[in-house]
Amino acid sequence: MALLTIEDLRVEYRTSRGVTRAVDGVNLEVHEGEVLGLVGESGCGKTTLGRAIIRVLPRNAGIAGGRILFDGTDLAALPEPEMARYRWREIAMVPQAAMDSLDPVYRLGDQFHEVLTITGRLARAAARARALELCDLVGLDRRRLAAYPHELSGGMRQRAAIALALALSPRLILADEPVTALDVVVQHHILRRLRQLRAELSLSVVLVTHDISVIAQTCDRMAVMYAGKIVEVGRTVDVFARPQHPYTMGLQNSFPNLLRPQEMLIPIEGAPPDLLTPPPGCRFAPRCPFAVDRCLVDSPALRELAPGRCAACHRAEEADVLRLHAREAQRWRVPVL
Amino acid sequence: MARPGAVMASRAAAPRIDGSLVVAEAVQKYFPIRRGLFGRGAGDYLRGVDGVSFAIPGGTSLGIAGESGCGKTTLARLLLRLLTPTAGRIVFAGVDLGTLDGAALLGFRRQAQLMVQNPYEAINPRFTIGRALMEPLIIHRIGAGEDRLDRVIAALTQVNLHPAEAFLDKFPHQLSGGQLQRVGLARALMVDPIFLVADEPVSMLDVSVRAGVLNLMKAIARSRQLTTVYISHDLSLVRYVCDTTMIMYLGTVAEIGPTDAVLAHPKHPYTQLLVAAAPVPDPTYPVPEIAAPEQVPTPIGPAHGCPFKDRCPHVMPVCHTTTPPLVFVGPKHQAACHLYEPTH
Amino acid sequence: MRNGSVQVLPRPRTPGFAAGRRAWESFRGVLQHDRFAVAGVCIYLVFILVAAAAPLIAPYDPQQTITKGDDLMANQPPGPSFLLGTTNVGRDIFSQLVYGARPALTVGFTAAFFVALIGTVVGIVAGYYGGWIDAVLMRLADVAFGIPFLPLVIVLVAFLGPSLWNIVLTMALLLWKDTARVVRAQVLSLRERGFVESARVLGASPLRLMLVHIAPNILPLALLYGSLAIGWAILTEAAVSFLGFGDSTRISWGFILQDAYISQALSNGQFNWFVPPGICIMLVVMAGYFISRGYEELLFPRLRRQ
Repeated sequence: MALLTIEDLRVEYRTSRGVTRAVDGVNLEVHEGEVLGLVGESGCGKTTLGRAIIRVLPRNAGIAGGRILFDGTDLAALPEPEMARYRWREIAMVPQAAMDSLDPVYRLGDQFHEVLTITGRLARAAARARALELCDLVGLDRRRLAAYPHELSGGMRQRAAIALALALSPRLILADEPVTALDVVVQHHILRRLRQLRAELSLSVVLVTHDISVIAQTCDRMAVMYAGKIVEVGRTVDVFARPQHPYTMGLQNSFPNLLRPQEMLIPIEGAPPDLLTPPPGCRFAPRCPFAVDRCLVDSPALRELAPGRCAACHRAEEADVLRLHAREAQRWRVPVL
Repeated sequence: MARPGAVMASRAAAPRIDGSLVVAEAVQKYFPIRRGLFGRGAGDYLRGVDGVSFAIPGGTSLGIAGESGCGKTTLARLLLRLLTPTAGRIVFAGVDLGTLDGAALLGFRRQAQLMVQNPYEAINPRFTIGRALMEPLIIHRIGAGEDRLDRVIAALTQVNLHPAEAFLDKFPHQLSGGQLQRVGLARALMVDPIFLVADEPVSMLDVSVRAGVLNLMKAIARSRQLTTVYISHDLSLVRYVCDTTMIMYLGTVAEIGPTDAVLAHPKHPYTQLLVAAAPVPDPTYPVPEIAAPEQVPTPIGPAHGCPFKDRCPHVMPVCHTTTPPLVFVGPKHQAACHLYEPTH
Repeated sequence: MRNGSVQVLPRPRTPGFAAGRRAWESFRGVLQHDRFAVAGVCIYLVFILVAAAAPLIAPYDPQQTITKGDDLMANQPPGPSFLLGTTNVGRDIFSQLVYGARPALTVGFTAAFFVALIGTVVGIVAGYYGGWIDAVLMRLADVAFGIPFLPLVIVLVAFLGPSLWNIVLTMALLLWKDTARVVRAQVLSLRERGFVESARVLGASPLRLMLVHIAPNILPLALLYGSLAIGWAILTEAAVSFLGFGDSTRISWGFILQDAYISQALSNGQFNWFVPPGICIMLVVMAGYFISRGYEELLFPRLRRQ
């Protein structure tokens, strides 16, 4: 059952040098009660995609096309006052570096109070009760409500940011790099809490990150993004066990594994394309060890290869063979321009 | 043992594979916290590094790992004499770093180099890449004219920035993070050092780029027989690159030993906690339960007993009273924990 | 694996300190985008030209009392022979205006230069060393904050005599504090940056660190405050001259205003006397602000990227 369906979404940035399409024709579904991971490196468009869903794009960006269907309503087409009714009530966001986004001159309790009474229209007493409830929910000591953000550790501030997102019981949460700046033990606790919340509140979460180990630990399904497009989607165990897109294979190759230290790490040489003038064919082709002539002219569409498994690659059917070749380091030494 | 103050210009004089290049002896670095006008009591210091001792054999790589606030960054700066210890000493090739000054210090600066964490701030934004790489040559008066240009081009080639000539006139803001980190490495190599400290060298790079820089650093360290120290919070990185691993907690050494021993068979409860919490890129790996509270206390005021006592699942009465010494728990493998003391 | 034909690129000259080239290029870039900065630069250029070519432009000697036959040409209205009329003792106002550009610009640029120089040096040294050096220098700045400007000018003028250079001296003594404070703050943050730390590890001496690594990154800020100081200096000189403590051997715009004031030009309705110098002062000060505004965009490029 799809809670959120994104159809052919395009988001553009207007810069002094021209128009960049940060999100270029994305199709994605978020199911009820699941944690969907969105993984990609810097500049791939994952943060823009998240912000487009909740419609908090910067002033020089705009949705250029496509639909964002939430419960049958197209959020992309909604006028701003109506979108405001969805924001924070149905869909909430934990932005990047959320722990730095708390207002430093107000106590935590006051910031909760503001969200609950103004956006949530709760009465004072109800707001106070809800604030205490939220603290327990995210594992934050209730006494911390009296503190200022700078008096709290990074982990506590992150929990506070998550609590604020949960304040009005939304059905969907977008978490953008929720644990990136945190120490590993704190990270572990927060990710575990997020999964528990998913079960307790029947919440859906879209977790945006560059760290595939976070995806492995936390997400049911995952989508890999590259240069503004989704290149692979599937259940996390499937994508890790049998990746079908060369970029996913490359990511796995380059990610160190504490339990498998003897494996040689293979980098992906080169850099993502400039989205001002994207190449005509597949965007990954210049760096892909398996590119053929067709890849340079024909941009592959995201197609379903098995129920729930999609990949945007012309050679996806040969994925089993390609996967073996992907472990050969010299194949990845493509000419870098 | 060289005389303190002797000019450290000769590379051949430094003990290498057989001896230890760097020895830290009970190094302490306390930072005063301003409190009141009438002097400072014991409770007014932040214990950045609190009694750390270890030795780094020449030609090996040491990984220093721990969470934020454990003192690894401070220790890195002490090793490079950017800070001076409040107690204890650091001995480099037989010479106490604290005794160096003038020409001897400049000589040390030629032998010990640094790679910083943030590639976007590693190069002076007003310098071209070529000029930035010439800086070490200018400071140490190495070469002249065309010869310097040759060296710069050779360095760029060695870090796989092709074609080298194209990078000479570029500015840092025109390069990617991975390229900038390679330039930083090239700059460090310009003076032909024997010791390199890399402070979180890849933490700000994209994942697919990290492997390239790490492989490069490994290869260069091997071919030049560099002694390297990697500061990192990422255990999987340390496991990939380093021969020896040292785990720090609140300014002290919790565990130190060969990497495989420390990370595959951790003995200190803190190391065990870190290893258990480390995320693994494998969805089939069962994520372990961790009972320890996540709050790390701030090391202010005098130390009592074991620094890990508030979070340790195996805490005993003795842990509150006595600081555990480093004891051997395996070949060349030590841990600072009362659990392994011979008397227990 | 790179393809067989290795492209051989031309070997550049020994790579130089490209800071100058880059600064010029960004300055030109700002000029292309910011019309106000262009206007400011034009105004400056006009006045500099006027000051330089004063003997050629001014029809009369500004101090000369003009007589036609036996009559003193006093209080003449603007006309073909006296573009802006004459003063009550028969001096040509237009000539005075033209020559008045000289002290204004001299004082402006000189004082601004010294203020920026002293402020930058103090700021860099205080910011880099910290500790007691920083404490001493900043206490010095606090003292400078505390002393009121005009009274000090009056006192100095009383002791040293009313010369243009004494005014410049006073400004240099007192006005460096703002620049110093701001530069120091910038240095404190720069000191922690990776490239400064790397330079230390490479073996750069403190002097080299301050001159080669920190100063070039401070320069834009110093120039910004310098251009703000030009406006301040010109205004200050005008004020000092207006109050009568200025250099009476040099005709400055402030002096013209004082002269007009004493001769009750306002009640006589002689707008041709006191309005033009006021406009000139205004224009030059404004030009300074326009240019510094353009610089601000250079320093904080986010303002540019709209």
